[in-house]
Amino acid sequence: MNFPILSSLILLPSIGALFLFFTKSKQENNITIKYVALFTSLVNFFLSIYLWILFDQSTSEFQFIEDRIWIEGLVNYKVGVDGISILFILLTTFITPICIISVNNSIKTRLSEFLIAVLIMETFMIGVFCSLDLIVFYLFFEAGLIPMFLIIGIWGGSRRVYSAFKFFLFTLLGSVLMLVAIISIYWITGTTDFIHLYELGIDAKYQNFLWLAFFSSFAVKTPMWPVHTWLPDAHVEAPTAGSVLLAAILLKMAGYGFIRFSLGLFPIASDTFTPLIYSMSVIAIIFTSFIALMQEDMKKLIAYSSVAHMGYVTLGIFTIQQQGIEGSIIQMISHGLVSAALFLCVGVVYDRMHSRLIETYGGIVTIVPKYAVLFMLFTLAALGLPGTSGFVGEFLILMAAFKDNFLVAVIACFGVIIGAAYMLWLYKRVIFGKLVNLDLKQMIDLNKSELFILSCLAVPTLFFGFYPEPLINTIEVSISDLIKVYNVNLTSN
Amino acid sequence: MEISIIALPLIASIIAGFFGKLIGDRNSEIITSLLVTVSAILSAIVLYEVIINQYQDNIIIATWISSGTLEVNWSMKIDSLSAIMLVVVTSVSSLVHIYSIGYMSHDPHKPRFMAYLSLFTFAMLMLVSSDNFVQLFFGWEGVGLCSYFLIGFWFKKESANKAAIKAFVVNRVGDFGFALGIFLIFYLFGTVNYSEVFELIPTIVDKNLIFLGIEFNSIDLICLLLFIGAMGKSAQLLLHTWLPDAMEGPTPVSALIHAATMVTAGVFLVVRCSPIYEYSELALNIITIIGMSTAFFAATVALVQTDIKKIIAYSTCSQLGYMFFATGVGAYNVAMFHLFTHAFFKALLFLGSGSVIHAFKDEQNINNMGGVWKKLPYTYGLMIIGTLALTGFPFLSGFYSKDAIIEFAYLKGNTSGLYASGIGIITALLTSIYSWRLIFKTFHGDYNNKKIKIEETHESPLVMLIPLFLLSIGAIFAGYLFKELFIGYGSINNFWQGSIFLIKPLSTEHPPLWFLILTPVLVILSIPIAYYLFVKNKNLPKQIAEVNKPLYNFLLNKWYFDELYDSIIVKPSKNFGLFLWKFFDIRLIDGFGPDGISILIKKISLKAKKFQSGFIYQYAFVMLLGFSALLTFLIVK
Repeated sequence: MNFPILSSLILLPSIGALFLFFTKSKQENNITIKYVALFTSLVNFFLSIYLWILFDQSTSEFQFIEDRIWIEGLVNYKVGVDGISILFILLTTFITPICIISVNNSIKTRLSEFLIAVLIMETFMIGVFCSLDLIVFYLFFEAGLIPMFLIIGIWGGSRRVYSAFKFFLFTLLGSVLMLVAIISIYWITGTTDFIHLYELGIDAKYQNFLWLAFFSSFAVKTPMWPVHTWLPDAHVEAPTAGSVLLAAILLKMAGYGFIRFSLGLFPIASDTFTPLIYSMSVIAIIFTSFIALMQEDMKKLIAYSSVAHMGYVTLGIFTIQQQGIEGSIIQMISHGLVSAALFLCVGVVYDRMHSRLIETYGGIVTIVPKYAVLFMLFTLAALGLPGTSGFVGEFLILMAAFKDNFLVAVIACFGVIIGAAYMLWLYKRVIFGKLVNLDLKQMIDLNKSELFILSCLAVPTLFFGFYPEPLINTIEVSISDLIKVYNVNLTSN
Repeated sequence: MEISIIALPLIASIIAGFFGKLIGDRNSEIITSLLVTVSAILSAIVLYEVIINQYQDNIIIATWISSGTLEVNWSMKIDSLSAIMLVVVTSVSSLVHIYSIGYMSHDPHKPRFMAYLSLFTFAMLMLVSSDNFVQLFFGWEGVGLCSYFLIGFWFKKESANKAAIKAFVVNRVGDFGFALGIFLIFYLFGTVNYSEVFELIPTIVDKNLIFLGIEFNSIDLICLLLFIGAMGKSAQLLLHTWLPDAMEGPTPVSALIHAATMVTAGVFLVVRCSPIYEYSELALNIITIIGMSTAFFAATVALVQTDIKKIIAYSTCSQLGYMFFATGVGAYNVAMFHLFTHAFFKALLFLGSGSVIHAFKDEQNINNMGGVWKKLPYTYGLMIIGTLALTGFPFLSGFYSKDAIIEFAYLKGNTSGLYASGIGIITALLTSIYSWRLIFKTFHGDYNNKKIKIEETHESPLVMLIPLFLLSIGAIFAGYLFKELFIGYGSINNFWQGSIFLIKPLSTEHPPLWFLILTPVLVILSIPIAYYLFVKNKNLPKQIAEVNKPLYNFLLNKWYFDELYDSIIVKPSKNFGLFLWKFFDIRLIDGFGPDGISILIKKISLKAKKFQSGFIYQYAFVMLLGFSALLTFLIVK
């Protein structure tokens, strides 16, 4: 066996976290602590880039597989990546260092504990995206809750406890059912190995129940309407870095889960429940867009817009078409970059003025010009302007949806109009207009580290908008094979 | 060389946008103007090649999106149609760049302004030179974005910000239709490249499909959806409300974006898609009707407006209506011809009005002007040329293009064509009246401005007058010089070479003589009428307005479209959003969901708490009760 690159990716952040655990948490150590965390996450990022380079795009087989016995005859620790998972791993390793750099101003207390939570989170997330055993997947999937729960509960705003519990209850509720489903799968087939299951297939009569159980977990985490109400609260209370992690990575686990497990293991049930997903998606797109229009809190607005964007994702996945699924993955990557950036943008002004309310601001374009430019860019990406990554995903999804169902596509497309309205209105109220609140005059433009991280997010947003080929090439074969298998399963039953 | 036509404005925009502070105001102005001018010269060379050597090309620059069967390239298609557009866009743009150096001389954000102008030029060039619908859409939204930036350029003005958002969102409504059109094309043909789609069109002539419960012919549906996009961008009736408000932007912007180039993109789209539209009688009729309604509507509103820029904005709206009904009657080349000449004289009028506004130190109300024609001789003369060209005074450019539209509508022979030509003639008369009203009220009569003295008004600097002068040459000669090329006998085959497709060749008959001279006669007669009304007997228009108060208010308030949309769309949307949030999310989902459950659990546990009182006799009593219940159960069983 070669160098266990995936296990290294999973474990490295934890090793960094362990190191931090044994460092004394003192004010003067803060810089060292930060550099240790940053160094760890950067090594991980470069390792994942190396993984991407080694990755063979011409096959849909899982690569870099590691298979170790964990509990004899029951669970194997099995990891591997294909074109779908590798992009999410990259997104995770890319966002984590950005998060770590961004803690400068926002986290004042218990820095080292915070960074431990972030690094542990990275471990779990990478674990989710490359585990090939259902039990291992479940463990990582659920474990991801804990650091996030702590981040909101400890470093959050005034209503942090309420939000943390709401977040925890919602997500746990769905997950319990998924655990039941995984156990059932073990009883039905005798294995929890994903590759085995994928080849074996699951009897059609069990699929509906299993699909629903997985769905209940994924729907909450996506979040889909009507189980989305935890997200705005969680975002509002979470510290900036927490919101970034939550929006950029945590929400993607469910989308990934839908593609990997719902489509992969339960094709017949997926086909049955497609109308359900379609209706929930378009309701999410329209309802939450309208709600976003009326928000007074910047973070809440962006949180609601996230729900709408994830609505496009679920819609695209269940079109079961090349364009739709590719669009969904690009939309998830793009949303990861853009929502992370938007939350960072809110964080920038929050650190200076300690208010997230839109009405506090206005007329700051000349005071903070650099900030205004970058915020504009991400606003445009969020409303899906061609030339940004947001457009490519949305366009492909809508194109695929249109092939499948005119009505759904028309309604979803309507969301694009409201999307433009609420984003531009937000921008106008924050940045343009007359300067009314004179305290704003004291605001300082982006400092070097803020400028750096926002630029880091801006570059791929624009690059993939003009040239999404690197993304599409990575996922193309995996998705076309997934669709082939899906259709074979569907017709044979 | 071809690619540099597109690339130069982009480079200019990047230089001015990112390094504007570094290189200074003057340098960014010079660099952007220079690069765009070079691009204009190159476009002229390309057009020359197209005319003389029948040059055509389809350059693929790079792959953009390739997903499954969808293949979209960054590309540059050069044929007669795009070559014309390249020349129109780059030449007007370069003149506007130069003009802006003078016009924006007191503005603190010059590099940013120049960067937006160049970026706009880039997006517009991407739009016109695309070889597929998706790149067209890129340019389409790109120009919308730049228009948003430029309308809201004076970001401190609340009205400017509102107008900017309105422009973007209303355009998005159009784009919504446009995007659906693209999806439908991909659904039916599996490709979005023009040439492939156009080839496949005849194969689906009889194909019907059910769309939202209504059965459509598929070609009709494509055409209508694409036309919704065109209506948004070209400010046609129902989606026109953003254009007058867009006048909040600096005047050079109005000239470039909201007169000469961006707003004509819709016309360009219909002409580009002539191979599709030719198969859809229904869509063509609808375009004719919308076009002529817009032409008439906008002209009536322009009659009573008092803001100099708004009058010209409505005039643009109206002229775009002409172009649309030209395409509606199948005279695509005539529509392009009017687009071409209109670009010159409308840009001239806008830049001229900018010069007037400049002279009056940012006064835009024509009631506060007057009597300054001697003070602003060049502006006055150039504005007269623009007005003559616009109204279709014989032998100026508008005469050739506009009259041709009315003639072709007449010759089309069907009902909508006849109506359109009738409306076209009436609108031409109205156009002439409101245009001369503008001239007379601005330059003649008494001096009415209370803020600044007449001595303080001044002629604009050379850097502003030279572009005006160049445009006026276009406004005078463009019609005469290019008439044969654009709409002459056999031009469809000689010049357009397949970029315009016709099922039936255009009629080559001539309308009767009385019809031919009717419009020019009306136009000429309207000059003394306008002079009488607005200079000699100024009380008469007031009396007319007084007598017809409801009609006057109706026109003054632009047929109440804004109020209507506000009450049936904007307010309900906000209320709907509030309702969904406060009631649905908070009351229903959270109320019955997490909050409700937690309250329920709390209540239950409160009850349970009472059980654990700590008194032994209570516990014993409960035990006794339980024991006897169990015993009873066992006995009964």
